[in-house]
Amino acid sequence: MNRIGLMFLSIICLMWSQPSFAKLEIVITEGVNTARPIAIVPFKYNGTAKLPFNFSDIIAADLMRSGKFSPIKLEDMPQQPQTDKDVEYSSWVSTGVEAILVGTIEDKEVGKFTVSFELIDVLRGQITGGTVQTLKNGRLVETKDHVMFERKAIIATSQFRYYSHRISDIVYEQLTGERGAFLTKVAYITIEYEDVYPYKLVVADYDGANEIELVKSPEPLMSPSWSSDGKKLAYVTFENNRSQVYIQDIYTGKRELITSYKGINGAPQWSPDGKKLALVLSKDGNPELYLLELSNKKLTRLTRNRAIDTEPSWAPNGESIVFSSDRGGKAQLYSVNLTTKRAKRLTYDGDMNLGGSITPDGKHLVMVNRTRGKYHIAKKELESGNFQVLTTTRLDESPSVAPNGSMIIYSTMHGSGQVLALVSIDGRFKARLPASKGQVKSPAWSPFLN
Amino acid sequence: MKVNAITKGLLIAIPALVLTACGATSDSTEGESKTTNTEVQQAETEGLDAVTDTVEVQEAETLEVAKTAEEMMQEKYDALRQQQTIYFDYDKSTVNGEFVELLEAHADYLIKNPAGKVMIEGHSDERGTPEYNIALGERRAKAVVQYLQNLGVSADQMTTVSYGEEKPVDLSRTEEGFSKNRRAVLVY
Repeated sequence: MNRIGLMFLSIICLMWSQPSFAKLEIVITEGVNTARPIAIVPFKYNGTAKLPFNFSDIIAADLMRSGKFSPIKLEDMPQQPQTDKDVEYSSWVSTGVEAILVGTIEDKEVGKFTVSFELIDVLRGQITGGTVQTLKNGRLVETKDHVMFERKAIIATSQFRYYSHRISDIVYEQLTGERGAFLTKVAYITIEYEDVYPYKLVVADYDGANEIELVKSPEPLMSPSWSSDGKKLAYVTFENNRSQVYIQDIYTGKRELITSYKGINGAPQWSPDGKKLALVLSKDGNPELYLLELSNKKLTRLTRNRAIDTEPSWAPNGESIVFSSDRGGKAQLYSVNLTTKRAKRLTYDGDMNLGGSITPDGKHLVMVNRTRGKYHIAKKELESGNFQVLTTTRLDESPSVAPNGSMIIYSTMHGSGQVLALVSIDGRFKARLPASKGQVKSPAWSPFLN
Repeated sequence: MKVNAITKGLLIAIPALVLTACGATSDSTEGESKTTNTEVQQAETEGLDAVTDTVEVQEAETLEVAKTAEEMMQEKYDALRQQQTIYFDYDKSTVNGEFVELLEAHADYLIKNPAGKVMIEGHSDERGTPEYNIALGERRAKAVVQYLQNLGVSADQMTTVSYGEEKPVDLSRTEEGFSKNRRAVLVY
């Protein structure tokens, strides 16, 4: 009877509901002084229709969150140019900015706007004064090599937020040479113990906007993992008083039961090619790593050991899997080669290392390190073996690396509650994403979505 | 099982009633003792018009007199079985000596009631990662299963589920809180 009741509950819980809570804000705790100053000039609006919101605010927030840039305040701008022609380069020298983003918006027709923007290299502009004549095909022509990037686009009202992040991506890539990760999402679990459904699986834009509650449950939800196309999530649910792995489409809400073996069904991780899930099952006695072929549900066992083997994470090339094991006594990170099935130990630092993953460039191993009883996020450079503890927060867990490798989102303690936090891969920038209520944990950063 | 419950209820009730009765008679000198003469007490309580109470007392006293060593053990087990949680050391899954009797009490019940089923939940504290803690919680639940099996409980009567760090009973994140969360719970 209880079972049936629960099944009903689960069905009800699967219905989509409106977000009613905790938009994630950001509190930068370290690293503002190492960020590069940049000017995001408010885009000039020539029109009458009401704008959904301010472009430049979102772009400035994106660049600030990246930890690499420090957008200067409006009152510190000597002028508010609309195009490169308006820029008085000499007046910008004292601000120290290396680049200025300027733009205009016009209302084109109902619900449609024309957005034009330019990213201007201030140093180059100072040298050339904004115009350079170069010889081209034997003729002297005017060039604007101080304009690093310019574009004009027509966007709908509903695309404002998307396009703001798109501009942020362009600015970031122009100035760092690295792809921006502003058009990404984060999946996480929220817990409010006093609720009828304390556990919720939530998906939001990387900055906390557009929160969508995918699942709510009276029993724990765990370990969300993104499909490589960013359309689905695999996760663990205890809604039937046992662990089960499900895959759910985040756009249609449709979901599929993947495993429900006796014992642990846990830690699903999608392969880079999207065809397999690495996961942990204890059906044969103790937790072991398995590969599940999604097309035919065929299982391949990867580890055979009396110890705990868990937390699989794919190497970016899909050829090996990093995992945690206490086969050597205390938990450490190992890597199993998928061709030879041979495992090798990767970490020796501190008392214990858990939750390992390799950064998208394949160069670093990110993990939860325990040293003298303290749990922090750390990284190890694979080639040199250099080991660096990145965080100073308390009880850090569940690190997830941004698809461009620039930032790690993880779960930590702040005050009496669990919150999400960010740390840049070099450890310089640190920020907290406090939730307005409840606990937040198990963040998973999506792949690139554009 | 039902008889046991009634017996236990009465056993708790006796000292209380005895005390009540004595309190009402100022010249009583031996009221507190469980060996109080039944006749004397009956007389006294009758004098206080507590007829129904007296009957109960009388019955209970008779039962107690008839108690054997085995019954005493049973009572102890019944009391112990009210405790369903055992605690573990940090990152460990060995059953500590202090919980031996408690598990013996549960084993006794399960052996005598072969149709009885128990679900053993394994939990961890909030240190470490959620996924590793699921494995640790399972190890704890299985350590309890193994212990009960060694005491003669059939494996068919037991199932396990690990919740890892997902269902803490103490949210303080202090050493004390952690020690309360590192547990296995027997759920009937």
